[in-house]
Amino acid sequence: MNNPTLTWNLVKDVHELLVYQFMVNALQAGTIVAVMAGVVGWFVVLRRQSFAAHTTAMMSFPGASGAALAGLPTALGYYLACGIAALAIGRSGGASRRGRSGESAAVGVVQVAGLALGFLFLSLYSGVLEQLETLLFGTFLGIDGNQVLTLAIVAVVVLAALLAIGRPLLLSSLDPEAARARGLPVGLFDVGFLLILGLTVAATSQITGALLVFALLVAPPAAAQALTPRPGLSLALSVVFALLVTWLGLGISYFSIYPLGFFVTSFGFALYVAAKLAHRTAAALRRSPRADEPMAATV
Amino acid sequence: MDAPPRSRPANRTPTTHSTPSASSASTPAIELRDAYAAMGGRTVWSGVDLSVCPGEFVAVLGSNGSGKSTLLKAILGLVQTAPGAVSVLGGPAGAANREIGYLPQRHGFDSTLPIRGVDLVRLGLDGARWGVPLPFGRGGSGRRGARTRSRERVREVIELVGASAYAERSLGELSGGEQQRILIAQALVRRPRILMLDEPLDSLDLPNQAAVSALVQRICRTENVAVLLVAHDVNPLLSYLDQVIYLAGGRALQGAVQDVITGPKLSELYGVEIEVLRTRDGRLVVVGQPEAPHVHGHRHEQ
Repeated sequence: MNNPTLTWNLVKDVHELLVYQFMVNALQAGTIVAVMAGVVGWFVVLRRQSFAAHTTAMMSFPGASGAALAGLPTALGYYLACGIAALAIGRSGGASRRGRSGESAAVGVVQVAGLALGFLFLSLYSGVLEQLETLLFGTFLGIDGNQVLTLAIVAVVVLAALLAIGRPLLLSSLDPEAARARGLPVGLFDVGFLLILGLTVAATSQITGALLVFALLVAPPAAAQALTPRPGLSLALSVVFALLVTWLGLGISYFSIYPLGFFVTSFGFALYVAAKLAHRTAAALRRSPRADEPMAATV
Repeated sequence: MDAPPRSRPANRTPTTHSTPSASSASTPAIELRDAYAAMGGRTVWSGVDLSVCPGEFVAVLGSNGSGKSTLLKAILGLVQTAPGAVSVLGGPAGAANREIGYLPQRHGFDSTLPIRGVDLVRLGLDGARWGVPLPFGRGGSGRRGARTRSRERVREVIELVGASAYAERSLGELSGGEQQRILIAQALVRRPRILMLDEPLDSLDLPNQAAVSALVQRICRTENVAVLLVAHDVNPLLSYLDQVIYLAGGRALQGAVQDVITGPKLSELYGVEIEVLRTRDGRLVVVGQPEAPHVHGHRHEQ
């Protein structure tokens, strides 16, 4: 295959992209991942659980190396490691009924323990775990149809679960005390959401790499939430941003020698910065006319 | 904000915890008889008798750790009490929580959340229902009617607390007093018969403390809700209250302010010498009460 070059003819470029089956698979996988990450990530950011999400994503490292060591399928390693991490974080966070405030220390401990195990497995494993870089930064080469199908199934499960518990999950994310008083099983939601997160991360990081999942899980929803306080709109924006970042990243990395992860993370970061700036500017614009008023009415 | 009516509690007949005057012939909304509350195996308070009627505004006072929040949780059925000792709207505690609007203490509430006030109020209405709160889709005719009604109710209650001007803005942009009104609207949106507010005046400045107190009194009267409001300081509430419940030393005392917050009564409750001073403008200063350790070291549950 001769090196593809990006021209200014977009139609031609996209056409060239879609000639190859591997690229079609990558786009399908990327689209599924983006939708899932946009929705799950929206809750992650709202619940201030970015650190937990990051840790869950990191668990793909001990998962993959452990599976290699034990001679198990790598995918199984991912699901097991992410699931165990989600339960560990959930249990330690749920023990202090004060909500998620005590969670970050527990998350940190889980992350360290997981990474240590990963290194141990790696050194015990005599063979070469060649995908270490892929594990972290992802690749879009060699995604087969089966993987896309699995991804689609996981996405349907995750989205259906969120659809079912969306409203009570939102209430217990925003106001756990009030939710508990209403009789909602807040602790169960905490663990349940972490499991949903674990499933999402395990499915997607196999294809996109741990860092990339994390970037998709946090940057687009954070940007969306900075732009609008309307929950429906910001959820939709979050998905749109995730899709945009993924498609752009895939498209450009096809024509470039640099890895997909770099582009997706950079686009996500740029989007976040732009959204924050827009938010600040809008807030400043809104404040200034009020400051001109002679005297604010008493409350 | 219109000037609050200066009706002093003094001109109301002081009611003890027997049945209140003929003004409300209805049964008490909340009644505790020889009740105790235990948390983590420790008794927080015991031998507590009290009653709150519909349309009554009662403050729950006491020093840190005296079990004020625990009282609200006991009424919600969230802490262990003796069977039959706590009666809420004629049933056992916890059975009628749908009829209780509860505003928990503020810790844990993240005021920078990127959500509009109106969304939080809306969640007070249907947040416990399964499904998703999407504003679109679900276009069935029956559901559409319900949705319009929900929206109407949310608008109505936001107007009731006087938050219409900023309900569409993000919570993070609102002042403490504005957020408190939104939260009160959330607690009120399902037309509860009991409203329980845990330290809603905390972290508000003095004008806002007065404004929120006046608002709660107005709601209490117009909606005929039984209101329990936990407070640190009785003074901002003095001109709006019907009764106080004073928790100390593992026991409770209920009655009109001038009957309960007195030197002899509080001395007996605390078991040490307490003095109550009245300033020239009518404010009460309680001197000499011991802080928490006197009571069995109850803090917020771990």
